[in-house]
Amino acid sequence: MKGSRVASALGGLTVLLVFAGCAQRTPPLYMWEAFPRHQYEVLVRAGGSVDEQILKLEAHAEKAKAANAALPPGFLAHLGMLYLNAGNADKAHEFWLAEKQSFPESSPYMDQLLKRLNPPATTAKTESPA
Amino acid sequence: MKSRYLFAFLASALATTLAGCVTKPPPYDYSAFMQAKPATLLVLPPISESPDIKATPGTWAQATKPLAEAGYYVLPVALVDETFKQNGVNTADEAQGIPFKKLHEFFGADAAVYLKVVKYGTTYKFVMSETRVEVEARVVDLRSGQLLWEGKAFASSAEQQQQAQGGLVGLLVTALVQQIAGTATDAAFSYAAIANERMLGSPLYNGILAGPRSPLHGQIPTDKAR
Repeated sequence: MKGSRVASALGGLTVLLVFAGCAQRTPPLYMWEAFPRHQYEVLVRAGGSVDEQILKLEAHAEKAKAANAALPPGFLAHLGMLYLNAGNADKAHEFWLAEKQSFPESSPYMDQLLKRLNPPATTAKTESPA
Repeated sequence: MKSRYLFAFLASALATTLAGCVTKPPPYDYSAFMQAKPATLLVLPPISESPDIKATPGTWAQATKPLAEAGYYVLPVALVDETFKQNGVNTADEAQGIPFKKLHEFFGADAAVYLKVVKYGTTYKFVMSETRVEVEARVVDLRSGQLLWEGKAFASSAEQQQQAQGGLVGLLVTALVQQIAGTATDAAFSYAAIANERMLGSPLYNGILAGPRSPLHGQIPTDKAR
């Protein structure tokens, strides 16, 4: 996999640059893997199909779980978005709630997304599905 | 006489060693930042002065990691992109022009990060090529509209030559950069990560203050930091 090799080389490079300076350094808060590149691929509409992207992120989540490492902010929300794009609104709902639970600071934005996912019957007519 | 030369030599060696850490600009005024205590950051799509269409998405996607590792909750950029598009906001300039109160209402973030990409991409000059990413940032409180912090940084493939003279680490950096350049079609994406880390990372002297999720929260980076 070219992408992952680049990503790991980049990861190594970042680590080297960090240690090359004269910084005091704390261990990373999150397990990043190739998450920035996955976000990039969505932004530029490149990368694999939605299903392939979901598989990669699910594998990342499994790895983090096994290592007892935290997933980065936005990771679960991003995965929820991918599930929605794949037509699975229930999974999107589940992961956006999980993002809220992991990062309560995300609540205002996640609530907006959840509201648009399940618009209340009374406002469904007036609100745009955006 | 001899010992004086030796002393001069040692002093210059010491000066060279410490060159990376000394001669710092005056300390940043963090009073507004300290008062605002932001916890959640909305990184807006970066405005770009580069002709490379990947400048905005590349810099945007590489901004989350340094800010999250600095202790902030960073709103997921791909979702933010969708939200903007669904609301008819299609360019970075439009997004950065939205009144701060409206951004706060919708996203619930404490502060927004306004990025500008000054340079992004690879230029070819005779036999040499240089990949360079130059970025600028402003952090603005979305509750008050007040500027909390600003900074800039760059990363360039031309640095590897200087670093190669700096021992093993420099050589390894050179090797890795060559590996990246050899395998990636968009080398600038990797340099965007380095430039953003240099600009938005923590702890950095005069850099962004550490957020609530960082063990360094509440400390002002000293001139001993990068």
